[in-house]
Amino acid sequence: MSNLPKPDAATLLEIYRKASLIRHNDLRVVRAMKAGLLMTPYYSPQGQEIIPAALSVSLNDNDKLCTIYRGTHDMLAKGFPLGPLWAELAGRITGSCKGKGGTMHLTHPESGCMVTTGVVGSSMPIATGLGWAAKLDGKGGVAVANFGDGAANIGAFHESLNLAALWKLPVIFVCQNNLYAEHTTYANSTAVDRLSKRAAGYGMDGVTVNGNDADEMYGAAKIAIDRARAGEGPTLIEALTFRFNGHLIGDAAGYIPKEEFAQAKANDPFPMLRARVIADGIATEAEIDAIDADIKAQIEAAVDAAFKADLPDPVELKRDVFAHELA
Amino acid sequence: MTTETMNTIQAVNLAMHDALAADPKLLILGEDVGDLEEGGVAGATKGLSTAFGDHRVKSTPISEQAIIGAAIGASLGGYRVVAEIMLMNFTAVAMDMIVNHAAKLRFMSGGQTNVPIVIRTMTGAGMSNGGQHSDYLEAWFAHTPGIKVVAPSNPSDAYGLLRGAIEDPDPVLFIENLPTYWNPAPFTREVLPLGKANVVREGSDVTIISYATMVAPSLAVAEQLAGEGISIEVVDLRTIAPWDRETVRASVEKTGRALIVHEAVKEFGVGAEVAADLNEHLFGKLKAPVRRLGGAFCPVPYSKPLETAFVPSSDEIERTIRGLVA
Repeated sequence: MSNLPKPDAATLLEIYRKASLIRHNDLRVVRAMKAGLLMTPYYSPQGQEIIPAALSVSLNDNDKLCTIYRGTHDMLAKGFPLGPLWAELAGRITGSCKGKGGTMHLTHPESGCMVTTGVVGSSMPIATGLGWAAKLDGKGGVAVANFGDGAANIGAFHESLNLAALWKLPVIFVCQNNLYAEHTTYANSTAVDRLSKRAAGYGMDGVTVNGNDADEMYGAAKIAIDRARAGEGPTLIEALTFRFNGHLIGDAAGYIPKEEFAQAKANDPFPMLRARVIADGIATEAEIDAIDADIKAQIEAAVDAAFKADLPDPVELKRDVFAHELA
Repeated sequence: MTTETMNTIQAVNLAMHDALAADPKLLILGEDVGDLEEGGVAGATKGLSTAFGDHRVKSTPISEQAIIGAAIGASLGGYRVVAEIMLMNFTAVAMDMIVNHAAKLRFMSGGQTNVPIVIRTMTGAGMSNGGQHSDYLEAWFAHTPGIKVVAPSNPSDAYGLLRGAIEDPDPVLFIENLPTYWNPAPFTREVLPLGKANVVREGSDVTIISYATMVAPSLAVAEQLAGEGISIEVVDLRTIAPWDRETVRASVEKTGRALIVHEAVKEFGVGAEVAADLNEHLFGKLKAPVRRLGGAFCPVPYSKPLETAFVPSSDEIERTIRGLVA
């Protein structure tokens, strides 16, 4: 992977900033759940922070993103603001989706966060369409489809990758391979050793990277995004990672061997990135602490505002089903 | 303005032609829709890619999920899309994209996004296409909040309603009848709004509520029984979801008797919803129980006598009317 473009110091700091936002936000969500403030299925992205952080620094507001139920990391990295996010998690009328979408359907078009789907694999066909629109617009925009290793085995993967490659669409297919599809290991669901090998079957570029490594993830994403912007078509990126909180909060993850889990935790990518940023002299420990403190304060402000906001009125059941309000 | 005679396939083609000319952000998508592929198996899109470019009228691989997904994504990206799913039974292959995504994104996003796409599809018994190429499945979609369902009964309505569907800000499933594609009729080139039923024949004794293929036999029976002094009003729903309750209720309030006729299987069908609504709102004003006729409760069969027997017949319509007024 030595031939990949490397992030400069400012970019690496920005990747850290995004990863810190994702990590601290996730910790705060889990704390709110344990305090009984949030009653929702929550698919924690803890452990997968580096993938969207290192990818999103090469995206702009005009670029579009589709993700899945485990997607708050993707959304926050893309620019989803904390206020509407927390109000949505809290089911408030001030939420980005007026409390009608929730954790699995977060949407914020101004930041390019177009769809969060609760259905495995369904981010891909829609991102393909967003890529088609971007290609027709001719302004160099790209679309990103996030999904997991489990989604690589659903039919929508095949149809989407084939169509995107056939039409040379500016789509980045980001498979966040956290080694478990719900409770099933990668080895028990997939015969091929590297999902990126499937790209060749679609006439598309494919690469497997350590998604927990900011340099590798940044480099692979930068190449894919630059190629897409230049009209050279889609890329499949398989980003290897691990999830620390099971399939969803409440899942004790007894299906993960203790040693595997311990080893993954020992290689937690977030503190490793923090140590690296300090060791490389990109920021001092005090500066990093200040970044973290600022992020935590922003999160607390969003949490406070969310729980003080109004809950939706039942009249909302008649709104947004169609453009017109139901009788 | 009635200008000429036209069949439904020509009317649908003209509607897309006029819509493509009117809106540069409109795209057509589906299997074989381009002229290199002869403009579709029935020729509905013939000439359109030549006239408007194959970047706007785009043939796809046989990938129903990707077709609807691409249509949804392009609509989120600022375009309008008419996506063709060749036959209605194949919507089953794309059900996740249609039901979980196209229909729900507006609501689940709190109105931040919407999906202005039209899914054109054809179906219908009468050509011995058997059990996986002939079903009317409109009840599945009418039961799904967020998607509109339209089924024209003649070429003028096909033109007007398809234009209306393309202009509509919400996803629309547009159901065309395959066996009657080539039947000519007087043609009017007018855009029609969705959600408005058409009282195609006025009467005072019985209301027949129908749509798509069953409108023509309903009208024929109405003409025949008029000679015996039975006055039948025929209401063509045109839009099945959301349906025009006001027009239907007003008609049945006037006649006091109602029969709903559709080609789709009767059980749990659109007729059940209409009958329930009429019972809830007009119980004391009904002179007879609301009746329904629909397809037999079996897959659409292949052999001619079976396929003919599957669809409600003019005789059944006539007998049911006679029972209502007896």
